Order: sequence, then C-alpha cells, then structure tokens
Amino acid sequence: MQPGAEMEPLVRFSGVQKTYDGENLVVKDLNLTIHKGEFVTLLGPSGSGKTTCLMMLAGFEVPTSGDIFLGQQRLNTLPPHKRNIGMVFQNYALFPHMTVEENLLYPLKTRKMPKQLAREKVDRILSIIKLDDFAKRRPTQLSGGQQQRVALARALVFEPNLVLMDEPLGALDKQLREHMQLEIKHLHQQLGLTVVFVTHDQTEALTMSDRVAVFNDGVIQQIDSPQALYEYPANAFVAQFIGENNTLTGRVKTVDGDFCQVQFGEGLGTRASKSLTLNAGDPTQLSIRPERVRLNGASQSLPNRYRTTLHEFVYLGDHLRLRCELAGNDQFYVKVPVSELCPSLAVGDQIDIGWRDEDVRALNAV
Amino acid sequence: MTAAMATLEQSPSGKTSGLKAQLRRAERLRKIKAVALIAPLAIFLIIIFVIPIGNMLWRSIDNTELQQVMPVTAAMVQEWDGSDLPNEAVFASFAHEIRDSRSGGGLGRIGRRLNYEDPTFRTLLTNTIRHLPAEADSWTLALQEISPRWGETSTWLAIQRAAPATTDRYLLASVDLKRNDAGKIEAVEQNQRIYQSVFKRTLLIAGGVTLICLFLGFPLAYLLATLPTGTSNLLLIFVLLPFWTSLLVRTAAWIVMLQSGGLVNTGLIMSGIIDTPIQLVFNRIGVFFAMVHILLPFMVLPLYSVMKGVSPSYQRAAVSLGAHPFAAFWQVYVPQTISGIAAGTILVFIMAIGYYITPALVGGPSDQMVSYYVAYYTNTTNNWGMAAALGSLLLLATLLLYLIYHKLVNQKQLVRS
Amino acid sequence: MTKTTQPKAARRIINTTLLTAGLALSAGAHAFTVISFGGASGDAMQEAYYSPFTEKSGVRVTAGDYNGEFARIRAMVETGNISWDVVEVESPELARGCFEGLFVPIDWERLGIKDQVIPEAVTECGVGIMVWSTVLAYDADRLPRAPESWADFWNVEEFPGMRGLRRGAKYTLEAALMADGVPADEVYDVLATAEGVDRAFAKLDELQAHIQWWEAGAQPPQWLVAGDVVMSSAYNGRIAAAQEEGRNLQITWNGSVYDLDYWTIIEGSKHVDTAYDFIRLASQAETQSVYSSRIPYGPVNPDAIALLSDKQAAQMPTHADNLVGALAMNTEFWVDHGEELEQRFNSWASR
Repeated sequence: MQPGAEMEPLVRFSGVQKTYDGENLVVKDLNLTIHKGEFVTLLGPSGSGKTTCLMMLAGFEVPTSGDIFLGQQRLNTLPPHKRNIGMVFQNYALFPHMTVEENLLYPLKTRKMPKQLAREKVDRILSIIKLDDFAKRRPTQLSGGQQQRVALARALVFEPNLVLMDEPLGALDKQLREHMQLEIKHLHQQLGLTVVFVTHDQTEALTMSDRVAVFNDGVIQQIDSPQALYEYPANAFVAQFIGENNTLTGRVKTVDGDFCQVQFGEGLGTRASKSLTLNAGDPTQLSIRPERVRLNGASQSLPNRYRTTLHEFVYLGDHLRLRCELAGNDQFYVKVPVSELCPSLAVGDQIDIGWRDEDVRALNAV
Repeated sequence: MTAAMATLEQSPSGKTSGLKAQLRRAERLRKIKAVALIAPLAIFLIIIFVIPIGNMLWRSIDNTELQQVMPVTAAMVQEWDGSDLPNEAVFASFAHEIRDSRSGGGLGRIGRRLNYEDPTFRTLLTNTIRHLPAEADSWTLALQEISPRWGETSTWLAIQRAAPATTDRYLLASVDLKRNDAGKIEAVEQNQRIYQSVFKRTLLIAGGVTLICLFLGFPLAYLLATLPTGTSNLLLIFVLLPFWTSLLVRTAAWIVMLQSGGLVNTGLIMSGIIDTPIQLVFNRIGVFFAMVHILLPFMVLPLYSVMKGVSPSYQRAAVSLGAHPFAAFWQVYVPQTISGIAAGTILVFIMAIGYYITPALVGGPSDQMVSYYVAYYTNTTNNWGMAAALGSLLLLATLLLYLIYHKLVNQKQLVRS
Repeated sequence: MTKTTQPKAARRIINTTLLTAGLALSAGAHAFTVISFGGASGDAMQEAYYSPFTEKSGVRVTAGDYNGEFARIRAMVETGNISWDVVEVESPELARGCFEGLFVPIDWERLGIKDQVIPEAVTECGVGIMVWSTVLAYDADRLPRAPESWADFWNVEEFPGMRGLRRGAKYTLEAALMADGVPADEVYDVLATAEGVDRAFAKLDELQAHIQWWEAGAQPPQWLVAGDVVMSSAYNGRIAAAQEEGRNLQITWNGSVYDLDYWTIIEGSKHVDTAYDFIRLASQAETQSVYSSRIPYGPVNPDAIALLSDKQAAQMPTHADNLVGALAMNTEFWVDHGEELEQRFNSWASR
C-alpha cells in the first residue's frame, strides 16, 4: 500500500445483490470500498459469492440490484471492454495462437497505441517479469510459472486502473505458488497497483493482502487486515476458516470490559477476550489457536490451566502436533516446536496445558 | 542414489552388453506384439485400399490387350517402321492369332481396344474372321482380298499404337489431349473437349459446397459448443439424423422438394411470392442444396469437437483487454478453431470432389463432376482405361490440393491449439 | 422337441438339404435351363413360354434370372462349364457376344420361322423375343393438340414448356435428325457421316434451353405427371404403366426408336436341339400374344397382335399402326460409334 494514496476510494460496491435463478441470492447486500493502491483479497469457500463479485466488477456479470462504482463512474451499464480493468484468469487464458509478445501487444493494439510505444511497453514489462528471452515463444512452450507471469504482464501492460485476479495460482504446485505469491506482492508494491484477488486459500490471502474480505453465504463475514483477522476473528466462521483453531463450547458467566468469564466442560472456566455482542448468560464458542496453547512447564505461570490426556503425536518436521482431549473435545490440538518437546512424553500421559486470557476468544455460538 | 549410479558406471563392459541384449530382447518382443496388433488392419488396408488403387493407377496406362491376345503380332508390328506395308510374316501371324483369339474372349478385348483407335475396326475384324481362309499362300494377299483396308498403312499403324505394353492415350484423353498420327501431343477437336472443364467444374462445385458448409456449419457448431450439454446433445442428434437415411433417399427427397410441382415451388406460388415455378432442381442450385445438406454434418462435427475444447475464458480475456466482443470472437476464438475448420473443410472438400450419385440425380448435364464420367466409363462403356485415368487424375488433384493446404495451414502454425 | 433329439433332427435336416442340393446340382447339369431378366417379364415368360413348352415336349424348363451380367456368360464359355442353355440378352450384349463367339450362330433354315417374325428379330446369333420402344410421350391435358412428330417436339412456340430427353447420345441424336426432317429409314446413314452428326447437334442446340435430361426410365412419367415437362422421350412400358394408374399420358409412335431383347444359345450348350424347339415355340403368335397381354412389350411375331384385345394391341410397338415412321435401333452402329458420340454429347451437353 502506498502511503498518501491510502484513503482515496477507487472501487465501491453499494448494496449490490446478485441472483441467477430469482430465488437464491448468491451475493447479499454487498457494501465494500477498495482504496487506491490497496491489495484486497476476497476469500471464501467455493459458492460463497467471491467470484461472482469479481465477475460483476469485471463486467461479465450484471448486478441484480445495487451499484458498483470505479472512481466516479458507475460501472453497471459499462460494457467490460470499456472498463480498463486488467484481469488474470484462473487458467491464464493466454491466446495459444499468439506468441508471448503478441499476447502482450494485444491489449495495446485494441487501444490503438502507436507501434513504437507499444513495443517499448511490452519490452519493459517483459523485463519486469524477467522473460525478455521468451518474447517469441508460444504459451504452450512455457512452464506453468512462466505462463502465470505472462498472464500477469498482459493484465498490467496497458496500465489499468484496477487489476483483478481470479485464483491465478491455483494451477501451480506448492513451491511455485509461494514464490509467485511473493512476486505478485512485489509487483503490487513496485508498480503501485490496486489489486482485487480472489482465492479460497487462506494462507495465500494472509501472505499477500492489505485487507482480506472473508465471504460466506453471499455475505462478507469480516473485512480486516490479515493480522486482525487471525488474532481477532469476528465470528466462529472466520475463526474456523482462517488458520487452525481449537473450539470449545461454553456459556458466559460474567462480563468485564473486553473480557469475560466463560464456563465450559464439567466445571472448567477461563477468562477470554470477547467479541462485541456477547452478554452474560449467552452461549459462546471459545476459540484458541494451537500455537497459543502452552505445555507443562511453560504453562505453569499462566492463569488458565487444565489437565488433559495425550492421544496422538503428529510429526510435521519443524513442529509437532499433539492431539489431546479437553472438556470432551478429543480433537484439541497443541502445536509445539520440536526443540521444546520433552522426550519422555508418551501417548496416554496426562499433561498440563494452559493459555493466556488474551489468547482465547469468546465468540458468538453458531 | 549416487552410490547406485557409481556401481552402474563401474560395472564391467561385459555386463553392460548383457544388459543391452536383454533390453533388445524385451524391445523385440514389444515390437512383435505391436506388429501383431497392427497386422490385421495393415492386411485389410493392403487388400482393400493399396492393391485396388495400385491396380487403378496401372489400368490408366495399361495397354496389354494386344500383347496378351496376339503376342507374336504385337512384337513384330512394333519393329515395323511404318512407312510401307508390314511384311508377310506380320500378316501371317496376324491371321493365325486372330483365328485363335475367337476362343476365350480375346477377340472382344482387342476389338474394343482397336475400336478406340478407329470406330470401324470391330466391324473390320468381324468381317475378316468370317471370311478368313483355312490356308493361304500369301496372307498379305488373302487379307487384302477380304478387305482392302488391310492394304492401308493406317490400319497397321493403328495396330502398332495398340502394341506397346503401356500407353498415355487415356491420361491424355482425360485432359482433352491426344497424339496425332505423327505422335505429337495436341488438343482434341473442339467438339470432343470436355474433361478440362469437368475438372474445373468439380473443383468449383466442391469448393462452393465446402464454403457454404463452413458458412452454415460454423454458427451451428458454435451454438452446439456453447449450449448446456443436455441441449447440445439433443441438437447433435438432429445434426446426425440425416445419417439414418440412405444417401439415395435424401437425394430423392430433394427432388421431391425442389421440382416444379414440389413443396418449395408450390409453397412459394401459394404464398404469392412467384407466379411460375422456378427451376430449382436438375441444375447447379439443386446440386448445391443436396450436397450441402448431405455434407454439413461432416463440417459441424469436427468444428464442434474443436470448439468444445476452447475455453470461453479466452474471449473474456480478450474483452477484458479492451477488445470489442466481435473483435474478440474474430481475433481470439476463430483462430483457435482453425484446426477444426481445417479438418472440416478438407473432409467436406475431399468428399465433395468425389461425389457422383447426388449430382447425377439432381444436376443437369453441365453439373456432372469427374466421378460421373468415371462411373460412366465403368458401367456404360466398360472403358477401364478412361475410368482409371480420370480416377487417377482425380486422386492426384486431391493429393496435390491436400499438400498445398497442409503446407498453408502449417506455415501459419495455426493448427495446434 | 427335447434337447437330446434336437441335434439328431438338425443333422437329418442338414443331410436332407445336402442330398437335395446334390440332386439339384447333378440334375442341373442335364436340365434345360432358360435364363431371363426375371421380374414381371419373367413371370409372363413362365406363363407364355415355359409352361406350354413343358406341356408340349415333356422337357422340364429350369428357369432362372440374372441382371445382364455379361461377364458371367463369358466366364462360363471360357471355362467350358456351361450351365445355361438359352439366355435373354439385350442388343448391345448380343452384338458383343456374337463378335466374341459366346453364342451359337442361329441356323435360320433349321429354325424355320424367318418369315413369321419382323426382320429385326432375325440376327446372326440371336432370335428376337419382344420389342420395346423409346417413344415421344406427352401429357394430353397440358398440350393444345397431340404432337405428331419429333418436329413438333422441337416446336417450342406451339408447345411451350420443358421437354425431357434421355441424357446421352443414343435415342437423342436419332430424334434430333428426325426432327430435322430425316426420314426414319435414313437416320443411321446420315448419322454415320460427320456432317450428319454436326446436323444432329445443331438441331439439339435449338432446343437445349428447353431440355430437362433424364437418366432413369422412371423419371419421364413422373415428370410428366408432376408437370415438370410437357413432353418427353420415354420407354413405352413405363408410359403404359402410368396410363394404367389413370394418368392421361399419351404416346406418339411416329419416330419411335424400337429395340429388341433376344434369345441366344450359349456356345457349348448340350441342349441345342431343345433350345431350337423352345425358341421356335416362343416365337409363335399364340405364345407371344400371351406374353404381350401380360406386359406391354411388343411381340416379334406380328400375327400375335391380332390375338390381343384392341386396347392392348394399340400399346404394342409392333402394332402395324405404331410401326409407321418408327425406327429400328441400329445396335451395330452404337457399338462401334457409341464411345465418340457419347463423348461429343457429354462435351456438348455440359457447355
């Protein structure tokens, strides 16, 4: 995000609804503002309405009601080819009958740009994506990552107001995907782009975005910075969807500012940071990240301590996951760095665990 | 793994060659299996395709009738210089061999062959054989006594032309050329010329039919490829429906539709658009109607199968890059269907170029294509030489066009998608 | 039938079949075999010729049919394995087979019917069976008056409308010359000269725009009925069939070109004597009239006409009235000149 450009709104969804069959709303009353220079990710499971939003923005779908603005212009009736929005498609959609160079020249030709200038622009973007030597190749002669970069370059070369990316990294293997995530992030910063990115991969969303909009059931559940989403999920869905999470159900006993006392299991209790709408007596869902749960010795100084049974070790290289049983939940995970693990620990042992007040969130029960 | 590689490298050469032998053995087994699998098809193709086509090519230059029926005469007459009458030995061998030729159908064969040189030859042979004496002191005189024509060099020149094992007369005749008495190639008389225009017409009709099929088939295939699978499958059945009836029935149906008292004309007259029936059949219009109808599926199916594989996201991408939807279709979608267009047009063209029964039934005499004359020479006049020559030229033209086409399409490198 | 008896029964049936077939085969080598084109004509022959012959001579006739495959006759003679004795052939095959020596030359003295049949029925190797004709047919309901000749066929002012002609030189060139005023008996003399051929094509030029060409014999009556053409050359049998269906199609016999089918005796037949008896009987007025009453092909024996009903007689190409101005097809001429004339016709027609 570029400082200074921060607060200038570029895209605005205002009360947008979308239905395909006239019965079920795919997008329900969407209100969203995206600022210039921002990298916003629309995250959600498939069918949550995120791609529909992107398509409405690109112009391939028309909102059933509500308005979409790009700058001062109302987009609803503007045909897609006049919107000047760059788009990277899921399978790149590179034209197979054209070379890399011709693919990149295509948007400039449609804009009737002088040949010389167009060529310069293409050369520059090729050097940015480090594919100078591949100009004469056809897309099918490139690797997946290279094709991805060309698709990106093609969406950027005509300097659009906005760049949309529809799960662009889905077809790549894990390592390449992580590499491309960073590369896109760097391009965004380097060129000062405004990007709307659609994905169902939460890691991708957290890595790349300034803000993430979590979609479910046609509604934005929470829109926030990655850190806020992770640390302060607004509801149980967000908590579940973003990162790993242990869930315990209980009831609020007393409320104390931003915190509350929650009773759970058989006579167990904890202090927890609470979500806004929770009152005394409400049922609640406790959410604790596995890495915030401390074991044995390290837990001794913590205010909330419990005894559990160890069921299983899961070895993951840099860390271990211990599956324990707490308050009737036998899927309670504790994440421990390998170096901190006591070697004498065995399946069936009773172990002590604990957490800090601010590491457990009491959320509205769903 | 590195250790394993090291051992392999260090292994003595004898062991490596053993490995190679093993590999060869394994490969050989695989080859034998492959050959065994392909053999039935190969044998089938050779019997059904290669041998008949080779036979046809041979027949277009085959001139062995006289050599088979009159081997001695054929050999001797070839040595004759053609200036004066042949010597007595030629006359004698001719007289003996023509008598023997009557059994076994040989006379019919040389009669037909010699009639191509001169339409009165058969009558001459009949006459000769009827009055041939059992013995003669001079066959030269005996034959001339039967018919004075045996005393003319032109008669013997005709036999001489029929004597070599091969001839180019059929191939030349297929392009309206012939050899004159001096052996020079020249055009046939104006009123006998036909095949150059027939070949031109064949290419023209086939090309026209192909273009119309493409023009009509492309939107249809596009529709089929973009509709939901259920609907497109249903429509596809309609596209294939014509295959359920025979070609002959469909062609006959077009006659019923298009003739003066047919459905189309009656409909047009009843609706007051025209007063007198328009000639829609037994001319070029009828040929185009019927051939396009019959060949359309062969255009639609390859186009459909290619279009089905072209993702709609390409057009969206082009539109998002600022192209008008029509330009996107033309610049991005159409080029990706080139392989389908190529397959469809070449298929339709090659099928159309060999069409026979449809133009024969719904066309007039000026709408007949090469195959009609092939059938005519095969069925009506039994002139295998001409039929084979026309067929060979048609085959050659098809191959040539295909090569040019292949080159063009490959050059643009549009085929691969 | 139980499972155990079934194979036995099947074997018995197979045995019986084989035995019968074997008997038929061995008998076939001796039985007198007559081959025709079959169909309706074959049925008429059975009634008119085969049955009376068996009745009279006691010789059973093994009747068969074929589609005019000349190669089959040639193969039979070449291999010496003669299983056919008398065969019906068309005139071009008669000329070719006679030339190649596939047929026994007819001894007309021995046959003794030379003066009973029309001259065209008398040939070197074949005896005429029946006469069919290519005629000028028209739809009487569509024309102001009956066309009387090929000259009227060419008269597009008095008889406007399309005309049907057979796509080919044969019949067409004859008609053109007759339309140009050549008498029927001189047509082939004129056509044998280069000038005559030019004259015929020049005459065709006049009519070319008004001609719709047919190829199958079924087309002319169909077109006449549908109104595509007002006149057409046509095979007389086809027109007679259409008349029976109640269509007012009429025939102008003047200028009709008639042709014959012939009985031939296969060279090497062991039943030459029987064959002569058979052909003699089949050429009688009585038997011929029975045949022609069943199917509108003309008897070669003119006396047979008198035995037919007036209505039937009027349909016969060999009826005395119908023979006036009629032309006998010259098969020899077409066998010799067919190739070049057909090519010239094709060249002309496709212009």
